[in-house]
Amino acid sequence: MSGVRVLVGTRKGAFILTADSKRERWDVNGPHFGGWEIYHVKGSPADPNRIYASQTSGWFGQIMQRSNDGGKSWETVGNKFVYEGEPGTHLWYDGTPRPWKFTRVWHLEPSLHDPDTVYAGVEDAALFRSQDGGQTWEELSGLRRHPTGPQWAPGAGGMCLHTIIQDPQNAQRMFVAISAAGTFRTDDGGKTWRPVNHGLRSEQIPNPTAEVGHCVHRIAMHPSRPQTLFMQKHWDVMRTDDAGENWREVSGNLPTDFGFPIDVHPHEPETIYVVPIKSDSEHYTPDGKLRVYRSRTGGNTWEALTRGLPQSNVYVNVLRDAMAVDALESAGVYFGTTGGQVYASIDAGDSWTPIVRDLPAVLSVEVQTLP
Amino acid sequence: MIRVVLPMHLRRLAQVSGEVQLDVAPPATQRAVLDALEASYPTLRGTVRDQVTHQRRAFIRFFACQQDLSNDPPDAPLPEAVATGAEPFLVVGAMAGG
Repeated sequence: MSGVRVLVGTRKGAFILTADSKRERWDVNGPHFGGWEIYHVKGSPADPNRIYASQTSGWFGQIMQRSNDGGKSWETVGNKFVYEGEPGTHLWYDGTPRPWKFTRVWHLEPSLHDPDTVYAGVEDAALFRSQDGGQTWEELSGLRRHPTGPQWAPGAGGMCLHTIIQDPQNAQRMFVAISAAGTFRTDDGGKTWRPVNHGLRSEQIPNPTAEVGHCVHRIAMHPSRPQTLFMQKHWDVMRTDDAGENWREVSGNLPTDFGFPIDVHPHEPETIYVVPIKSDSEHYTPDGKLRVYRSRTGGNTWEALTRGLPQSNVYVNVLRDAMAVDALESAGVYFGTTGGQVYASIDAGDSWTPIVRDLPAVLSVEVQTLP
Repeated sequence: MIRVVLPMHLRRLAQVSGEVQLDVAPPATQRAVLDALEASYPTLRGTVRDQVTHQRRAFIRFFACQQDLSNDPPDAPLPEAVATGAEPFLVVGAMAGG
């Protein structure tokens, strides 16, 4: 019987939530790696039993974990992330040059085709790849060595590479997003990269339309339309229909266009989801209400989804990697909050129920649709 | 035989309980002990000191014989009581955070 496996990373461990395709009864398994920050857990599209996890700690650094049995057991794999060559410098918060320094893995993106190939987005911003199931890691240094690299500066959360999107129709093309540098694209399998931020406007930087320096929070793509990307920026929800060459704002009637996650309906490429947050200085839901907003028109026109979500005294955030969709016929949408709740909708967002309410603060949510 | 006490998270990571015992050729130094620790438990590489620079991680401390050895040179001899196994070498996660 088909089903879903929700992979949750939290401030104090990982949790695996499983259900059959009805998604009514959930088994909650965890914590795995209790006490550690789990920035991201993601399964291989090519082999759902292969799962990778980023386990990190301010005391003990970065650990990488791999499962070959769907998360029942785990083994540590390579955790040596070394920038290629002389790392050079980027800008620090005070505008001074600062040597690139590895801190942690924010995001793991397994290859669409090979379970042993996985990409890692790290802080300070760089892209690494393993082709041996995580045992060894090499930097795709063309990104960090882009001529604008020395101008990149961290966002409040650190200078992280947090989004990696593979083009399912073009193996040579990939997109990444960095806070606060912007979106970059490769068309040669990661050797060279260029910024694709034209159309973004950020009032928080000296030149609001600069080539780089934009605090992109997340981007999302529907696999059937790889030319179209949706973006939640520090402020503004954006879209492009030419693979990043030109972006336009689609914030429309959102109560606020600040937020972190954005995702696309699994079967409707023009249906997208965001969770508006009050402001860049007040990282919680506006008006004390937990509302997901859905657009069925690819942006501009949005509706609040509230059924089953608390509508008073809610002051949580939903972080950039903490929303995901499954691929079942009646689309499932999932998100986790900094208050430790994980909510699921099995009707594309029309109604929601909590799977679990009291986990540690949720950092990431991913979903595997199991055969 | 040198006795090493690891913090709970590293014991769990290395899948050991209680003290770790290591054969270390003299002279016993921080570097020699950490080299032997990482050789016996490769999963601990990078958790106590940087894998490239070998600098102690900022929130890790080394104690022994009621002394803080954290800032001693890595090639300085450890106290005789540690070298003989009479006293353990303590790897400690600094008190910080929640």
